[in-house]
Amino acid sequence: MLTSFMSYLGSQFSPGVAGNQLWALIYILIIFAGVSVAVIAMNWLERKALAHFQVRLGPMRVGPHGLLQPIADALKLLLKEDIIPAEADQVVFWVAPLIGLLAAFTVYTVVPFGPSQAVSDMNIGILFMLGVSSLGVLGIVTAGWASNSHYPLIGALRSSAQMVSYEVAMGLAVVSAILMTSLNESGTGTLSMIGIVQAQQQQGIWFIFKFFPLGLIAFVIFAIAMVAETNRAPFDLAEAESELTAGFHTEYSGLRWSLFMLAEYAAMIAVSSIAVTLWLGGWMHPFPNLLSAPAWEFIFSLFPALTFGGLAAIAFLGAARMPGHSFFKIQRAGLAVFAALLGVLALLLLVVAIAGRHADTSIAARFREGIDYVYWFVLKVAVFMYLFIWYRATWPRYRFDQLMKVGWKVMLPISLGVLIVTAIVGVLVK
Amino acid sequence: MTDPRSLSPLDLETCEKPYLDSNELIINMGPQHPATHGVLRVILKLDGEKVLGTECVIGYLHRGVEKIAENRTYTMFNPYVDRMDYVAAVSNGLGYCQAVEKLLNVEAPPRANYIRVILTELNRIASHQLWLGTHALDIGAMTPLFYTFRDREEILKIFEKYCGARLTTHAFRIGGCQYETYAGFEKDVKNFLAFFPPKIVEYEALLTGNRIWLERTKKVGVISAADAIALGVTGPVLRASGVKWDIRKAQPYANYADFDFEIPTGENGDTFDRYMVRMVEMRQSLRIIEQAVNGIPEGPIMAKVPKVIKPAVGEIYHSIEAPKGELGYFIVSDGSTQPYRLRVRPPSFVNLQALDIMVRGMLVADVVAVIGTLDIVLGEVDR
Repeated sequence: MLTSFMSYLGSQFSPGVAGNQLWALIYILIIFAGVSVAVIAMNWLERKALAHFQVRLGPMRVGPHGLLQPIADALKLLLKEDIIPAEADQVVFWVAPLIGLLAAFTVYTVVPFGPSQAVSDMNIGILFMLGVSSLGVLGIVTAGWASNSHYPLIGALRSSAQMVSYEVAMGLAVVSAILMTSLNESGTGTLSMIGIVQAQQQQGIWFIFKFFPLGLIAFVIFAIAMVAETNRAPFDLAEAESELTAGFHTEYSGLRWSLFMLAEYAAMIAVSSIAVTLWLGGWMHPFPNLLSAPAWEFIFSLFPALTFGGLAAIAFLGAARMPGHSFFKIQRAGLAVFAALLGVLALLLLVVAIAGRHADTSIAARFREGIDYVYWFVLKVAVFMYLFIWYRATWPRYRFDQLMKVGWKVMLPISLGVLIVTAIVGVLVK
Repeated sequence: MTDPRSLSPLDLETCEKPYLDSNELIINMGPQHPATHGVLRVILKLDGEKVLGTECVIGYLHRGVEKIAENRTYTMFNPYVDRMDYVAAVSNGLGYCQAVEKLLNVEAPPRANYIRVILTELNRIASHQLWLGTHALDIGAMTPLFYTFRDREEILKIFEKYCGARLTTHAFRIGGCQYETYAGFEKDVKNFLAFFPPKIVEYEALLTGNRIWLERTKKVGVISAADAIALGVTGPVLRASGVKWDIRKAQPYANYADFDFEIPTGENGDTFDRYMVRMVEMRQSLRIIEQAVNGIPEGPIMAKVPKVIKPAVGEIYHSIEAPKGELGYFIVSDGSTQPYRLRVRPPSFVNLQALDIMVRGMLVADVVAVIGTLDIVLGEVDR
């Protein structure tokens, strides 16, 4: 077991490809925990950012600046009475949130946080991702049906129609990005998630800028479709609060409800990572074609440490700015400890960045590389997460028929046109 | 004109049938529902998402205000009217006080009228702000709600300084105003006049040009002028259908005749026109307030009114233009200290009747948009 553990260190391949089951398990646990923590962080960030968009403060009481609010929420949801309506289909009602959760988490198998920082790399990776993430709709439909109630039923119908129609435009946009992968020296395209990023690496360009503006249009279509796919505002018809009270999860409460929320946020991160992989260069740092000198590599490798250092500084500033009243003593101390933790993390990252500054095959260099890859990937996904919140704060909700109209009459023709033009241009360039 | 009476009421027996076997779905929206603005219950008959018919069930907030009036003296009843349309309490009070003044043949002094106009128009803005926030929230835009509530606070602060209350103000008395304006009242109002116009621009920046907002409001909940008149619809809803009817101009009360302002009207009678009419109305209210606060005369604020109000036998109907439409009071006096009968004509109640013909054939999402655009307050509907 120890040899299995040691033999993988420094490998160029993901554990799935290298056939190392122990490390695959470790990666799975890391990703599962990481995504769960990201969902919790996202929960806090959404409440906070939304509050600041709306001239209010958001959670302020549980922990400094409400930092512990998600934990308090999670505890509350766990301790809540577990209600299954008498009229509901008991088994299906019980299984429905699990389907959504399973679909949302399974896609992380192929999410490429780095060239070897993924559980596995399938040669049909993108198909797997699209296919499995579409299974999420099953959870919503079964939940709406099993509740045996009017509002959930309508919510479920809406969401199934919505997801099916937006998947078409989404799929075509994805195909136009995949076409671009075949413009390598080798001349073969790939469906593998890691392969797609490597194709961008070889061509020295993010696909969003490829054949400008074709890549950009495909990206924008995907970015719109993915909001619809995850049932977020302004396409949150399935859970439209003002119309259907809570839509498909009206009858759900407590733990089961929180599973739906977990699945929703996990799905948001998953689709964002597809967008990042296909168009935004996955784990690559910005301007891979221009700024690839070793000095630049070193500067970019300092970014993780700088980010955490910045966060630590903000937290310290927050602690310093807290009112001097004794009431805030514990909060101030808590925030200072949090800032110190962030600072220590920043220092560790700095040490790693300096220790592994030489691009060789030593463990330190490999470790530094891995951190860089994951950092840039997560940063790009985080931008999308913030956009999700921004959309929600800004836009009204589409009506059902308008949503269909946009999906079928606007997005589908455009994505089809982009696909055809991309194909033609690709052939001409080749 | 569709005669509303010819539309068949819902066949409630279909509720008994298992819904999976039938094509129509009966769902109950409210009385506990986030978008019914209180405790309105709407029974919807749906074909998929399409609305085949609606039936409003009201009375969940019935407090018997009209009956209470019969057991209170004219003065004692005054605070009760604030509780009907609680977001436009000042207008309610103005209508009631003026109705009793008319019964008594008393005229409020000019200074009192100016104060009344300033406060009532401020209240109109506050009411429209609340309408805008909740209406946008119904359509899915969360943020305008917080912006309007933030700015409404400035108006409520003026109310609080003037009479000590923010919502149920009880600002006026029969015969005038009880309170003289506080020191700095005019300055506060003028500050608000400078503060508010950019805020309207801010609301409009979020909504007016927004594609989704336009799609959600244009051609939604259309009501023709003829239909609106036949149903007795008043206020911004009627004006959005193109009828230039505003009691402030048609039958000027208080001293509205002295002021120069315009009555905005729409063309299509859809939700967007109603939105625009109310947005323009807020600006017109600012114009009125500006003229009033600059021309406010000195003088007494109460007319000579007997301590015990005992109007002669008779009856009176007086109506004013409340933010939501024509607010009328019909008072029958038998010569005693208490009204023999007091009947309120609430704009919300009458406007709500238009819901059915406005949403027939539309989708579920439009029902909440139309409820929002009608700007109903259930306290006033049920009384």
